[in-house]
Amino acid sequence: MMKNSIFNISPDRSKYPEKDAEGNLMVDLDSQKYVKLWQGPQHPGVTGNMSLELTISGDEIIQAKTHVGYLHRGFEKLMERRKYIQCFPTCIRMCVAEPDYNEYNLAAGIEELSGIEVPEMAQWLRTLVLEMARLQSLLRVVPGQGGTFALGLGVQWGVYLRDLILDLFEELTGGRVYHMYILPGGVRGLLPDGFKKRMEETLKKIDEFVVNIDNLMFSNAVFKQRAKDVGIIQPEWIDQFGIVGPNARSAGFMRDVRKDYPYLVYDQLDFEPMTMNYSDIYNRARLRWHDLIMTVDLIRQIMAKIPETGDIKAPTPNVLHWKIPRNETYIRSESSRGEYGFYMVSDGTDKPRRINLRGPSYVHAISLLEHMLINANIADTAAIMVSLQTCPPEIER
Amino acid sequence: MTSLKDILSPFTAWKNVILEPVTIKDPINDRPGAARYRGFHKNDITKCIGCGTCEDICENEAIDMVPVEGIETKDGDSGLRPKIDYGRCCWCALCVDVCTTNSLSMSNEYKWIDTDPDNFRFIPGVDKKSWDDNEAGWKKPEPNYEFYGLKRAEMGELHPEERDHSFIEFIKGYSKQQAQEEADRCVECGICTATCPAHMGIPDYIRAIRNDDIEEGLRVLYETNPLPEICGRICTHKCESVCSIGHKGEPLSIRWLKRYIADQVESEHYKKILETENLVKNGKKVAIIGAGPSGLSAAYYLSLLGYECTIFEKLPEAGGMMRYGIPEYRLPYDQIDKDINYILSLGVEIRYNVNIGSDITLDQLHLDYDAVFAGTGLHLGRSTRIDGSDHENVYQSIELLRKITLGEEIHVAEKIVVIGGGNVAMDITRSLARLQKIKYGKVQTLATSLETEDKMPADREEVVEAREEGAIIDPGWAPQSIEIVDGKVKGLHVTQCLSLFDATGAFNPQCNLDNKKFFEADMVVESIGQGMDLGYISENIKDNLTMGPRGRIQVDKYFQTSLPWLFLGGDIIQGPDVIHGIANGHQAARGIDNYLNAKG
Repeated sequence: MMKNSIFNISPDRSKYPEKDAEGNLMVDLDSQKYVKLWQGPQHPGVTGNMSLELTISGDEIIQAKTHVGYLHRGFEKLMERRKYIQCFPTCIRMCVAEPDYNEYNLAAGIEELSGIEVPEMAQWLRTLVLEMARLQSLLRVVPGQGGTFALGLGVQWGVYLRDLILDLFEELTGGRVYHMYILPGGVRGLLPDGFKKRMEETLKKIDEFVVNIDNLMFSNAVFKQRAKDVGIIQPEWIDQFGIVGPNARSAGFMRDVRKDYPYLVYDQLDFEPMTMNYSDIYNRARLRWHDLIMTVDLIRQIMAKIPETGDIKAPTPNVLHWKIPRNETYIRSESSRGEYGFYMVSDGTDKPRRINLRGPSYVHAISLLEHMLINANIADTAAIMVSLQTCPPEIER
Repeated sequence: MTSLKDILSPFTAWKNVILEPVTIKDPINDRPGAARYRGFHKNDITKCIGCGTCEDICENEAIDMVPVEGIETKDGDSGLRPKIDYGRCCWCALCVDVCTTNSLSMSNEYKWIDTDPDNFRFIPGVDKKSWDDNEAGWKKPEPNYEFYGLKRAEMGELHPEERDHSFIEFIKGYSKQQAQEEADRCVECGICTATCPAHMGIPDYIRAIRNDDIEEGLRVLYETNPLPEICGRICTHKCESVCSIGHKGEPLSIRWLKRYIADQVESEHYKKILETENLVKNGKKVAIIGAGPSGLSAAYYLSLLGYECTIFEKLPEAGGMMRYGIPEYRLPYDQIDKDINYILSLGVEIRYNVNIGSDITLDQLHLDYDAVFAGTGLHLGRSTRIDGSDHENVYQSIELLRKITLGEEIHVAEKIVVIGGGNVAMDITRSLARLQKIKYGKVQTLATSLETEDKMPADREEVVEAREEGAIIDPGWAPQSIEIVDGKVKGLHVTQCLSLFDATGAFNPQCNLDNKKFFEADMVVESIGQGMDLGYISENIKDNLTMGPRGRIQVDKYFQTSLPWLFLGGDIIQGPDVIHGIANGHQAARGIDNYLNAKG
């Protein structure tokens, strides 16, 4: 699997272990050939609270099993016991890193099911917040890929810039991490005075970061050695596993909800998500780096085009007893990790019958990761996991 | 594969050693939250009415409404205040956005260090905090950002030109869509229920409208009010004046919603819906004097308990002041009949044209019945007793209104002045304006009152509608004398009224005698309040009754007098008001039941 390099001193041992007649691996731990190793649930190389049960032979992984259950809070079930408006502060916690897509999906779902038209100003503000969410997420994950190979400097830069975005979030929404801004019917505030100026100042710093991280990480012999040709996603897996977002685009498949099923005001913005033809760790990180540049550009476009003022919220039924007619819908938006969808069922009462999250991490971190780790080197486990940009809170919700 | 650039390029990061550090050395002191930051809660305790919508919307159940000592009591205030548990709060600020009075807000403060975990449960505004005066922080976004409708569903009305010459009911009533739209605005705080004299289950019947369950709505209405058609039209709606939505927008049209429910159900279905088809009699008899709201209410609830009730009514039809005081354009007679006929269908008997005292004495009723309830109302007019008020063309509003109902011809002059600023004054003004329009083709009725416009006791809509119908309302004048020339009324002399009450709170109008006015008129109507006629209570009974303040007979909370068999209620105890009368009748029914059960 691995190419011939200074890090690969072992011969290919992928023929181990042998398989029985039904194709199952015959792992005999008493044979002294194999070791069970747990990576996580508390491990710097694991994103969030998740653990990987690895069976290794030497330093090669021959079997991987994802274990979740450390973070299950039952939000989907909790929402079935809450009024629609009360789902709004609940749903955001399903993905801590990018809570805004939860807010948007819930709001858009409720609006679709109740036939509410959102004012244009609110649509622009929603688009802005979703792009800001993508930006702050990418500011962690792009240098974070370097972090998995002990290149911590870029991570520090990214965390600083992410905090500047959180400052802007705080100004606009009143919260730094859980913004609780996109609520059913609209949003909760116009741009504060001077917001565009401060946004541009921050974007300029991010422009510099884009160049610096290119020099530090992408033009870095060590990073290239570690990241190239490792953790490859084969194009035929895309539909087989249901891979979405940057992970699919890096393998040559154009998958972007913003383009495929335009929502909000994305059809008024000029952008072209990048695709690549070879999906290894390096290219996936590089593609996210391009996404970061595109997101900065999108925010600049939004800042230029956003109306000065307007209604931020459509009139809605009384939120304390807002009943939604019996119906169902699937609402999707493009998070930084790919298609993020809510399947919502209403039964005519004031509480949702079912809200089911279809998040990208469920596929990427469970079925795909287990598959990709086989025959990988244990030293690359964290890098592969981060390169898929998995988010355990979203898996377990 | 590995280029020289890839070896050297990462070293460009060394340029950072000459840059200023970006971290703040002392973030605790140096960084206030943003202007919109959702920090710790503040509550303007004087604005808060304890409606509890914050408690309702909180998804974490972090808010409890708790009684608070030492806050000033005011109408429409539950006396409760939100207590917030910061072990549960997620700072979503929905409580702020839903607040009906905008009293709840957040500061931009986010640091709170304490050794006692219990301190993190606190009552904002009551438990003083350093951030109470902090202006920054989350407030409900403005404008056009509401969690419930602030505007009333529009009510269809006859145009003033259609209604000013007829006594047809001019409020059309809500359609289903309008009623549901209006019912949707309710936040179910229940402050209306606490304020309503009858403590009607207002949020419950409004919910029934939302759920389109009219039968349930009717059942809720009849739990506390057996005259919903009537109250749905002419109740003084104290509930609406305290409605929590009224602090930011227009209060709910609670009265019209009540009418909507009653209007939807045909009389013949009442018994089935209200499960009164098979009432069991208990063999006891109660006499009720007066078929007004309190008497009818007492009769209804006593009938449900199995008592045999007989109402003695002086006038030819039942309803009391509701029929003989309130004009037909506000309360059509067929709607009065609908409510009363249902009560009669439960076995209540009314004997019309019976004068207690002359036709049958109270002592006789005492002998014939187990208990007596009297709700005889305020049917005597009061005179201003100014010069000229004894002229034959000076009338009492209450007498004119009664005659209009009885269908008797009344004198309608070309120019009329009405003295009074209450609802009865507006009723007679608007009735006379209609009669003038019919008789002369134009309206020349003027109403004046001691109170200035903002202090007039009449409902605001009554004043507005009277003006729409062509009447002139000129408040703030004290009548001085009625000018009579050659035996004919010429008009009313008034002076500007400065104040009504003196420093002790006693009624003592002060006038500016330099500011005079003369209202031309050939007929004057006095409408300055009504008095009671207790002539039917014989002296020997009266001697045994304990009297209370202002010449009223003292009753206990069950409206029982010092003679245990005699209960009094309605206007003669509580002052003029239908819903009070209904509440009194209901409570008296409980009292009579308690009394007769104890008696065995």
